[in-house]
Amino acid sequence: MAHYFTIFFDSVFVDNIALTFFLGMCTFIAVSKKVDTAIMLGIAVVAVNFITVPVNNILYNVLLKEGALSWAGYPELDLSFLGLITYIGVIAAIVQILEMFLDKYFPALYNALGIFLPLITVNCAIMGASLFMVERDYNFAESTVYGIGVGLGFAIAIALLAGIREKLVYSDMPKALRGVGATFIVVGLMAMSFQAFSGLQF
Amino acid sequence: MANAKDALLDPLFNNNPIALQILGICSALAVTNKMSTALTMSVAVILVTGLSNASVSAIRNHIPNSVRIIVQMTIIATLVIIVDQMLKAYAYEMSKQLSVYVGLIITNCIVMGRTEAYAMKNPVYESLLDGIGNGLGYSLILLIVAFIRELFGSGSIFGLTILNPANNDGWYVTNGLMLLAPSAFFLIGFIIWGLRTWKPELQE
Repeated sequence: MAHYFTIFFDSVFVDNIALTFFLGMCTFIAVSKKVDTAIMLGIAVVAVNFITVPVNNILYNVLLKEGALSWAGYPELDLSFLGLITYIGVIAAIVQILEMFLDKYFPALYNALGIFLPLITVNCAIMGASLFMVERDYNFAESTVYGIGVGLGFAIAIALLAGIREKLVYSDMPKALRGVGATFIVVGLMAMSFQAFSGLQF
Repeated sequence: MANAKDALLDPLFNNNPIALQILGICSALAVTNKMSTALTMSVAVILVTGLSNASVSAIRNHIPNSVRIIVQMTIIATLVIIVDQMLKAYAYEMSKQLSVYVGLIITNCIVMGRTEAYAMKNPVYESLLDGIGNGLGYSLILLIVAFIRELFGSGSIFGLTILNPANNDGWYVTNGLMLLAPSAFFLIGFIIWGLRTWKPELQE
């Protein structure tokens, strides 16, 4: 249990995917002007990561890994080079299915999240989580915990940034620094404060 | 000819993908703590943007509109796999250092953004140049950030010692912050600030 907690805590705070690995930055900067929309996007990232990371984990272990196809009679086959194209295909397909599912059964949620779901397909935080899962050789349970943790870390970071940016509108900065420039510096300061978590041990 | 020159040079300053379109920042920051990784990443991205733009443009009249995204994604993913496999075969150490970030070129918004916005509407040659130009614009920022981070963070450029660090009997006390994540955010912020002061018409 402690092992899973460590994975979870690490992925949310210590190795925060946005602030330490710089993943998902495009959406991180673009969709953090308002707290409400930022939280919505955060929820969407948690939901998609919660599904895609374990699914990619199954695919990797059953089909792609070196020797994984021995159940089909090809013990020497190594398809791991197909990983990248498989993961992005899986992510695109799952986002599409999730969109249709929400549209049919939870129209209110679909209307709120609708515009963010397509954006998420090309969000590096999703693809990155799957790639890190492969690199660190997580098993199914670990990858589920990791998927939720990464999503939650992203959601917390983007909600905090949106809160800061809403206040930042009122500050008197040099014109050239306004907008994106200032946002980057704020993100830098946030990343510094998140580094404080790295001393925690369990 | 002027058109071709614009396609190549416009993305360097006037329409820089990282600093102004705010695309492709993800990978840009993570590989910039050393010049060598930044340079490898730049070459990889230039190759992928150039070739994917050219190939999408070559078949642009045959792609049905409703499945264009998935077609582009497949072309990009294939090119990235080729680059990734090449790196693993000929520069294994480097590919270990770049870790997942080569794979993440697939989701780098610059590549997708250019195929969607430019290559779908323009002929092959201009698309190739536009792709290379955007790759260069990305590389420019990447190399500037990496130069500052490696010089002040470890006192060297491409691994060659320039400022002799104090832990090696030298005089220069290295700035550890430069090797950590936050410094990359600060540097990009300052670069955008500088670029927008230089060209006020780019301000929001």
